[in-house]
Amino acid sequence: MKEKLIEFKNVSFAYEADGEAVPETKDALKGVNLDIYKGEFLAVLGHNGSGKSTLAKLCNAIYEPTEGTVSVKGIIPDTEEKADEVRRIVGMVFQNPDNQIVATIVEDDVAFGPENLGIEPKEIRKRVDEALKSVNMYELRHREPHKLSGGQKQRVAIAGVIAMQTDCIVLDEPTAMLDPKGRDEVMQTIQRLNKELGITIVLITHFMDEAVQADRVAVMNSGRIVMQGSPREVFAQNEKLNECGLDLPQSTELCKRLGIKDTVLNASECVEKIISMLGGAV
Amino acid sequence: MIGEITFGQYYPGSSVLHRADPRIKLITSFWLIVVIFVCKNFFSLGIIALTAIITSLVSRVPMKMILKSLKPIVIILIFTAILNIFYTQGGATYWEWWKIKVTEKGVNTAIFTMIRIISLVVISSILTYTTTPTALTDGLERVLSPLKVFKIKVHTLAMMMTLALRFIPTLIREIERIMNAQKARGADLETGGILQRAKALVPIFIPLMVSSFRRAYELALAMTCRCYTGGEGRTRMKQMKVSFRDIVLILYCTAATAGIIILNIFFEAVI
Repeated sequence: MKEKLIEFKNVSFAYEADGEAVPETKDALKGVNLDIYKGEFLAVLGHNGSGKSTLAKLCNAIYEPTEGTVSVKGIIPDTEEKADEVRRIVGMVFQNPDNQIVATIVEDDVAFGPENLGIEPKEIRKRVDEALKSVNMYELRHREPHKLSGGQKQRVAIAGVIAMQTDCIVLDEPTAMLDPKGRDEVMQTIQRLNKELGITIVLITHFMDEAVQADRVAVMNSGRIVMQGSPREVFAQNEKLNECGLDLPQSTELCKRLGIKDTVLNASECVEKIISMLGGAV
Repeated sequence: MIGEITFGQYYPGSSVLHRADPRIKLITSFWLIVVIFVCKNFFSLGIIALTAIITSLVSRVPMKMILKSLKPIVIILIFTAILNIFYTQGGATYWEWWKIKVTEKGVNTAIFTMIRIISLVVISSILTYTTTPTALTDGLERVLSPLKVFKIKVHTLAMMMTLALRFIPTLIREIERIMNAQKARGADLETGGILQRAKALVPIFIPLMVSSFRRAYELALAMTCRCYTGGEGRTRMKQMKVSFRDIVLILYCTAATAGIIILNIFFEAVI
């Protein structure tokens, strides 16, 4: 029933000792097996250095696995042409919005991707307008990116990927540099893209409250995927999460300490449980 | 204050000049600048000055803004005027004291050069006032595209310009942040002699360099992810079309040039 979009088969990855990016001698990924299905919202959780960013960069052929294979729709990006093909299927949004915006005007930046794909000017215009509307930035299309807030900039970056009409968007800690308001904006946008446009989302994060919103959660620790499942399944196992250096979402933690058996995922569920525990009267 | 920085000095508006094709604007501005140096007497120079005035009126950019663009060159203007007055000699002598002599030719040259420089600055600022930096680099890429024949990477150059413009405000903010961080650690940036202050800048520029390289690396990654592979096979969302107003612009420049050449022939050269 579910169609595989990205498939990790026994993937290991090591940064070269004299590599330009991150000087790290030990393996960043060790024998990772992971399937990402079409249309799903997958959150990859892990603390710093768990290999989650490396996983993201393997999704669209920025890195090549040292061992094993990563295939996207059956394409194994072993040549530059195939890597380019993969990047047309899987788009990427990075942590720092400042370092991924190319143009001096919002709409020009959104057009950058489609322009690279060699799409007809009229079609680009249409895609840019639609993409900006879907992230609620259409009104600000003539603005200069450096005058926008962090959340707005990140939404522009997301629009830039949407306009390329990729099947999947990988977001590498897109909210890490944002304030709470910006985080909310970005998370709502991600949700909407997944639910309304059916775009496959891979969200790399270390915020529990964000992972809770996904369909499926994969937890990483020192280069391995240690847990996989629905948020409810994953957050039920708090000892195992603690071993990975992760805490439970606040409302889950609260209910656990109150001795409520069921795993609670968000504030409204938490309120419900506490009310029923106190006898049901509101 | 930093948030107020605008790229270049674009002045938003919807005048004919704002809407004109950036390629044509670039070509005509360059054309007029060349013509400025063709002028040989005050009559032909008058046409250029008039052209500069008419263009600034048509652009609907406030006079205040245009005068502001002249502010940085005031010193240069005064300096060249003084040099010209005292070093160019000839014609009737107006004033003499010891070895200093002010002559007709000196005064003429001084005024002439001043008007030339002012017209030059006014015309080029109208170009930047009425054209967004993006349109300007886009236009430049297309105007220079014939240079591809000589294996010059025009697209790469234009892309570099766009990126430089894009990162100016980002880097200014970064400098501010680093300065604050160093001040918080007790760095003294404001006192001391020139040498000491120059030395105090080292702990600002080294972190700036490091972070710029990191930014460049991330930017390159982001561009790769968005399928950027250089200028080959790229299309552009914003197409440029030569319209009626652009033809008028060209005709206007042709008329000015013709007038200048005729006046150059009929009247005696001053310079």
